[in-house]
Amino acid sequence: MSLHEKTLAELAAGLRAREYSSEELTQHFLDRIAAHDGTLNSFITVTGERALDQARAADARIAAGETGPLLGVPIAHKDIFCTNGVRTSCASKMLDKFIAPYDATVVEKLDAAGIVTLGKTNMDEFAMGSSNETSFYGPVRNPWDTERVPGGSSGGSAAAVAARLAPAATGTDTGGSIRQPAALCGISGLKPTYGRVSRYGMIAFASSLDQGGMFAQTAEDCGLLLGGMAGFDRRDSTSVDREVPDYTAGLGADIKGLKIGLPKEYFAEGLDAGVDSTLREALKVYESLGAELVEISLPNSGLSVPVYYVVAPAECSSNLSRMDGVRFGHRVADPKDLKDLYERSRGEGFGDEVKRRIMIGTYALSAGYYDAYYLKAQQLRRLIADDFKRAFEQVDVIAAPTTPSTAFKLGEKSDDPVSMYLSDIDTIAVNLAGVPGMSIPAGFADGLPVGLQLIGNYFDEARLLNVAHRFQMATDWHTRAPAGF
Amino acid sequence: MSLDAKDVNKIAHLARLRIEEADVPGYASQLSEILDLVEQMSAIDTTGVSPMAHPLDAVQRLRPDEVTETDDREHFQSIAPQTEAGLYLVPKVIE
Repeated sequence: MSLHEKTLAELAAGLRAREYSSEELTQHFLDRIAAHDGTLNSFITVTGERALDQARAADARIAAGETGPLLGVPIAHKDIFCTNGVRTSCASKMLDKFIAPYDATVVEKLDAAGIVTLGKTNMDEFAMGSSNETSFYGPVRNPWDTERVPGGSSGGSAAAVAARLAPAATGTDTGGSIRQPAALCGISGLKPTYGRVSRYGMIAFASSLDQGGMFAQTAEDCGLLLGGMAGFDRRDSTSVDREVPDYTAGLGADIKGLKIGLPKEYFAEGLDAGVDSTLREALKVYESLGAELVEISLPNSGLSVPVYYVVAPAECSSNLSRMDGVRFGHRVADPKDLKDLYERSRGEGFGDEVKRRIMIGTYALSAGYYDAYYLKAQQLRRLIADDFKRAFEQVDVIAAPTTPSTAFKLGEKSDDPVSMYLSDIDTIAVNLAGVPGMSIPAGFADGLPVGLQLIGNYFDEARLLNVAHRFQMATDWHTRAPAGF
Repeated sequence: MSLDAKDVNKIAHLARLRIEEADVPGYASQLSEILDLVEQMSAIDTTGVSPMAHPLDAVQRLRPDEVTETDDREHFQSIAPQTEAGLYLVPKVIE
């Protein structure tokens, strides 16, 4: 078995057993990135020298007898996480030359655990998109079919892990930006409970929805990384002060009698027939493991897309006001006056989708419209969250499609914002409610990966990971890798 | 909800975004389509529902008013487009 086929857990065990060094492992992945990323475009910046320095430092720690679960394993960071001294572009012309002056908490914590950073992955500009086509650095291609999108916004992270150019990668999920690309690329991805992972140094898009998470081959690897990333951070005002459990300790536990809710609104019209039948087969695996499938209802989920496209743009229009060409980021040449400096720096620095969302948000928050849009959306958000609360009185986890269809073609939806927005119809409600959600590989439809979405109650990541892990013990979909890489 | 060129220019001004004249009609139609989607919200009566601003309904955490960060101005200004003597430079605002 080649090194890149191994999981993060297996690689860490090999390092501890001194089967190979972190430097060798890191070089192996850097070579793979050099060989294959010309096709995929999954990285914006590869930090080769820095990675090898980190690897040698990890090797020294291993030689000194340290045995951390993440010590010496390489991963990639979505280019939304600030990395001190390394360009952090958020895939925008606005930040094309932005060298972050500090580390995001996620980066700092993983660095301290001895993880090696291979580079920064491509994404939709400022995480706004569902196909990775809004990146200033060009689209990422799906390794299962390079004419198709990898999903977004964390498309580079997903494609890199799917093509085994990195064993794992970080991502962020505001409306599905981890789960949707995980599904379209056939890998595992977890969005934790809102507040579980610090947002400090994670460039803000919609602050009441944004949550950092990760991609890996397996749920076990997601659990390992979550253990390294989660925890209270005084520098994030919405970080939750709550103990971080050992997310891998309970993996493998019996799920006999577990109640899995199937929301009827998600298995309805609009769901591709191939995706539907693949998911039905996957759910039979849970029945064979002794879980009970229960039909439930999340009656307000149909409103999640409209609500999201008020809340997210409103918050983004506020957050992105800091990109003003004064303190950092793109600045127009020869501004006439201050207003001209602001308007043209922003007009040149932002791409179309970012501009659309800033304008929708500005409109929704402008005088006379606040109640009809932002307040109304926040009230509906309450109803959507209450649906989940009621459901979790009945069931332990919820299973649903991650996406209504498999990966679509590049260019298929890029000229039609509303149709692009609707591709996130199955993931957005989870962000509005703030509960954790995962996507795991559930099989294939017409040769393309299908994701099964698992949704847990607040802070119930450990159970969610075990439910995913049990599926991966019984199936081998998560071991399938695309040909040619 | 239909936005016209005048609306787009007004919103762009509020957002301090330069939109090229040729692009205004495209934005007007796309923003109108997005607002049509958003309009579905009005189908549900939300009278008496308290708005949800935070998924965990948490309130702002407060901290003692103490100095916790050291001055790092030079480091942070090293990435600014234009500075002088510790100040950010912009075109003249007051004559």
